[in-house]
Amino acid sequence: MQIPLSLQFINLLAALLLLIAFAMLTQRRILSLINLFALQGFVLAISTFVVAYSTSQHHLYYSAGLTLLLKVLLLPWLLHRLIRKLNVRWDVETMINIPTTMLVGIALVIFSFNLAAPISQLAEGITRGLIGIALASVLLSLLMMLTRRKAVSQVVAFLSLENGLFFAATSATQGMPLVVELGIALDVLVATFIFGIFFFQIRETFDSLDITHMEKLKDD
Amino acid sequence: MIDSQLLALLLIPLSGGLLLAVFGSRSWAAELNSLMSFGTFVASVVLTMRIIDSGPQVAFGEEFFIDQFNVFLVALTAFVAFTTSLFSRPYMRIEQHHGKLSIGMLHLYYSMYQMFTFAMLVALTTNNMGIVWVAMEAATLTTVLLVSLYRTPASLEAAWKYFILCGVGIALALFGTILLYFAAERLLGQGGTALLWTHLNQVKSGLEPTVLKLAFVFLLVGYGTKVGLVPLHSWLPDAHAEGPTPVSAVLSGLLLNVALCAVVRSKVLVDGSLGTHFAGNLMMGFGLLSVVVASLSLFRQKDIKRMFAYSSIEHMGLITFAFGMGGPVATFAGLLHMTVHSLTKSAIFFAVGHAVQKVGTQQMENIRGLMQVSPTVGWGLALGTFAILGMPPFGVFSSEFLIITTAMHEYPWATPILLVALGIAFAAIFGKIQPVVFGETTAKRLPHPPALIPVFAHLLLVLMLGLYMPPYLADWYRQAAALLG
Amino acid sequence: MEYLNLILAILFQLAQLLLVVLLAPLLTGWVNQCQAWLQNRSGAGVLQPYRVLRKLFQKDAVIAYNASPLFRVTPYIVFGCMWLAAAIIPIIAVDLPFSQAADVIALVGVFAVARVFLALAAMDIGTAFGSLGARREMLVSFLAEPALLMVFFTASMISHSTQMPRIVDALAHHQFMLYPSLAFAALAFVIVLLAENARIPVDNPTTHLELTMIHEAMILEYSARHLALIEWASSLKLFAYISIGIALFLPHGIVAVGNWAGLPLAIAFLLLKMLAAGAGLAVFEAISAKLRIFRAPEFLGTAFLLAVLGLLIHFLLGA
Repeated sequence: MQIPLSLQFINLLAALLLLIAFAMLTQRRILSLINLFALQGFVLAISTFVVAYSTSQHHLYYSAGLTLLLKVLLLPWLLHRLIRKLNVRWDVETMINIPTTMLVGIALVIFSFNLAAPISQLAEGITRGLIGIALASVLLSLLMMLTRRKAVSQVVAFLSLENGLFFAATSATQGMPLVVELGIALDVLVATFIFGIFFFQIRETFDSLDITHMEKLKDD
Repeated sequence: MIDSQLLALLLIPLSGGLLLAVFGSRSWAAELNSLMSFGTFVASVVLTMRIIDSGPQVAFGEEFFIDQFNVFLVALTAFVAFTTSLFSRPYMRIEQHHGKLSIGMLHLYYSMYQMFTFAMLVALTTNNMGIVWVAMEAATLTTVLLVSLYRTPASLEAAWKYFILCGVGIALALFGTILLYFAAERLLGQGGTALLWTHLNQVKSGLEPTVLKLAFVFLLVGYGTKVGLVPLHSWLPDAHAEGPTPVSAVLSGLLLNVALCAVVRSKVLVDGSLGTHFAGNLMMGFGLLSVVVASLSLFRQKDIKRMFAYSSIEHMGLITFAFGMGGPVATFAGLLHMTVHSLTKSAIFFAVGHAVQKVGTQQMENIRGLMQVSPTVGWGLALGTFAILGMPPFGVFSSEFLIITTAMHEYPWATPILLVALGIAFAAIFGKIQPVVFGETTAKRLPHPPALIPVFAHLLLVLMLGLYMPPYLADWYRQAAALLG
Repeated sequence: MEYLNLILAILFQLAQLLLVVLLAPLLTGWVNQCQAWLQNRSGAGVLQPYRVLRKLFQKDAVIAYNASPLFRVTPYIVFGCMWLAAAIIPIIAVDLPFSQAADVIALVGVFAVARVFLALAAMDIGTAFGSLGARREMLVSFLAEPALLMVFFTASMISHSTQMPRIVDALAHHQFMLYPSLAFAALAFVIVLLAENARIPVDNPTTHLELTMIHEAMILEYSARHLALIEWASSLKLFAYISIGIALFLPHGIVAVGNWAGLPLAIAFLLLKMLAAGAGLAVFEAISAKLRIFRAPEFLGTAFLLAVLGLLIHFLLGA
C-alpha cells in the first residue's frame, strides 16, 4: 500500500512531536524549556496545516493559524516576559535521575501505543497511529508535571499537555468543530494569564517559585 | 420561545458578571450580585415549568438541549447560587470589616461569582460535548482565583493544587471527548453535529465499542477529578478549607453536581452503545472507593471545613454509585440525593462560615459550645449535621435508604461496605460536631443573632423532601430517571 | 553473461577490500584536517595518518616483559575484525559476493570481538591505566551496543531482513518514503558512532589526560607496528561506522544488482558522502564539549531512548 506523501509528512511531524516531548522531559533549563514549547507549537501548526491541505477542510486553516499565533508567538512571548520579570530566566532545575525518567517515559509510550493499537486498526487512511502518539505525548507531559518542582516548568508541562491534546484533535480526528476549538484556545489563554497572576502571588508569599514550599496542607 | 427563555437564563449571569466587573467595588455590589442571582433563579423556574409542560427541547440550532434531567440541575444550581449570594452579602462584609478582604478582592469575588454561575449553566444546558468541556474548564478558571482570595500561603497552595490537578483531570476529559468525536465522526460525518449529545444518543448503538470504552475511562477520570472521586480527590478538601465559605458552599453544592452530570451524560452514551454495564460498573467502583476512603479520612480531620469537604466526597461517591447501578429506582435515588446533598451541604457551610467567623479559627478543638455563643448558628449546624448524616425525618435519609435497598437487591455484596462506611462517617462527624455544638465554653454570648435565613430555608426544604414529596416533583424525578435509564 | 557478472563481482569485491584498507586513514586525515581548519590551524594535511603509520612501522616494537601472547596477537585480531567489517558493508553495490555475509547482528558481533580483545590486552600488562581504560571502554560500549542493535532492528523491521544488502536494497530501490522511525534511528546511530569511535562528547582521541581518556588509556602500552595496526584499525572502524550510516540512512546512489555501468557514479556518490560525513563529524566535534565520564551514560541513554522510540514508532505507524 502506498501511503500518500502528506500522510508520511504528518507521521514524521508526529514523531517529531514525541521527540520534543522527550526533550522537554529531560530539559533542565527553564529558558530552553520555553523554546522547546514554542517549537512544539510550531510543529503542531505545520501538521494542522498539512491536514488542512490534504483533506481540504477550511476551518483547519484557521486552527493552524490560531495555533501559530497562540502557541508559537503569544504564549512563549508571555512566558519569556514572565520569567524575565520574575528573574528566573537562567534557573536550572535539579531533577531526579534523568535516565530513570526516560525509562519511565518509554514505558508510558509503550503503554499508550498498546492502548491505541485497537483504535488505530479502525482508523482509515490518514489518522492511523496518530492517536497513539498524541496519547503518548499527553502522558509524557503528565510525567513532566509530576517530576518538576518549579512552578514555571509545571505550567509549561501543562501547556504542552494541551498541545498533545490539540494534536489529537486536529491530526487524529481531522479537526473538532471550530466553536469547540475556539473555546479551548480561549480557555488555554485565560489559564495562562491566571498562571501568570499566580506566579506573582506565589513569589510574593513564598519568596520563591519552588513548589516544594507548598506541601503544608495535610490531613492533620 | 424556548430560545428566549434559555437566553434569559444564560444572559442574566453573564451580564451580571460583566456589570460586576465594572461596578464590583461599589457599595451596592453585593445587592446587585443577589439581584442577578435572583433573576437567574426566576429564569430557571420559568424554563423548568416549560420543560415539565412540554418535554425535552433543543434550542439555538441544537447547540443547547434541555431535558428533565438537566433542567432539574439548572433549577437546583440557580436556587443554591441565589441563596448563597444572599448568605455571602453579610458574610463577606464582615470579612471585610475583619480586614481579611480588600475592596479589590470583593470586586473580583462578585464578578467571578456570576461568571462561575454562567459557566455552570452553560455546562449543564449545552448539547455539545466539546462545549461541556470548555464550560467545565471555564468554571475551574473562574473559581481558582476565588479559592486563593485570602492570599494566605495555605490558600495559595490550595488554589495551585486545585488548578493543576483539575487542569490535568480536565485535560484527560478532553482526550476522552476527542476519542468520542473520533468514534462519532465515522457515523455522523465531520463538522458540528458529531459532538451533539442528542445526535450521539440516536446513533449510540453504532458507535465503535473499543473507542467508546477508552473514551469513557478518560471522561470518567477527567470529570471524576472535578467530582472529587478518589483517588483524584486531594484538591477538594484543600480548596474547600482554604477558600471563602460561600465559595466552599457553591463548590460542594453545585460544581461537583455539574461535573457528575457530564459523567452521567457520557455513561448514557457508552452503556447504550456497548449494551453492557461497563460504564456503570466503573462508576460503581469509583463511587464505592470514594465512599470508603472519604469516610475513613473523616476521623483524622481537625479542620471543620475540611471535614465537611470529605463528607462531600463521601456523598458524591454515593451518588456516583447510585447512577452507576442504573435502573429507575437507583437513578431516582441518585437525583434525590443530589438535591438534598446540595441543599444540606451548602446550609452546613453557611452555618460553619458564621461559626468560624465568630470564633476566628477553623480548628474544631477551639470551637466549643456554639449553643451558648449563638443558638441560631448552633441549631443550624446541629440540624444540618443531623440531616447530612441521614437521620430519619430529613430527605437524605430517604435517598440513602433507597440507594441501599436497591443495592441490597441488585448488588448484595456492596451493601455491607456501604453500611459500614456510612456508620463510620456517622460516628466520625457526630463525635466531632457534638462538642462543637453542645460543649462548654467561656466565650461571651453574641450581642445580635446572625442572619441565617438561607440555612433554615435549605434545611426546611430537605425536611420537606424527607416527609412528603409533592407529586409533580416525584413525577419530574421519575421522568429524569427514565431519560437516564 | 552470468559468468562474466560473477567475475566482475569478485573483482569489485576485491577492489573494495583493498580500497577500504588503503583509504580508511585518508578519512581520518580528512576529519583531522577539517578540525584543523575549524580551529584556524593549517593542519598537517590529509596524508598525515599515512606518515604516522609509516613511521610506526619502521620502529622497533617494545613489549613489557610480562606480556602474554594475547597482548601480541590482539593488534592483528583487532585489525582483522575491522578490515572485515569495513570490507563487507555494501557501500557501492548491493550484490558483491562477500556482502552476503554482512548480517547486521554479525557485524555487531565482529565489533564486540575486537573490543573484548582490546580490553583484555589492556589489562594484560597490569598497569593502572590499562585496566582503567578497559573498564571505561566497557562501560561505554555496554551502553552503546544495545542502542546499536536497536538501530539495526528498526532498519531490519522496515526491510524484513537483517542482511545489509537486503536492507540497502529495500531502502534505496523501492519507492521513496519518509520514515520517521529511521530518522530516530539515525540520531541514535550518530550518538553511538561518536561513543564507539572515541569522538568528542564521550572521549577525546587527541589527549592523554588520565581523568578523561578512555580509548587512549587502553593502548598506552603499544608501540611501533602494534600501535600502527591499532591506529589503522581505528581508522577502519570509523570508516566502517560511517559506511553503515551511509548504507542505512543514505543509501541513494548505491547501485542495484547487475548495474555495472552505474558503478562509477556510485563511487563518486560514495566519495561525496564520505567527505560530507567527515566534515560533519568535525563540525559536530568542534561545537560540542566533552562530557564528564559520568555523564556519558546519560548521553548514551539518549541514544537507546531514540532507537527504542524509532522502533515503537515503526510498530505504530508502520513507517
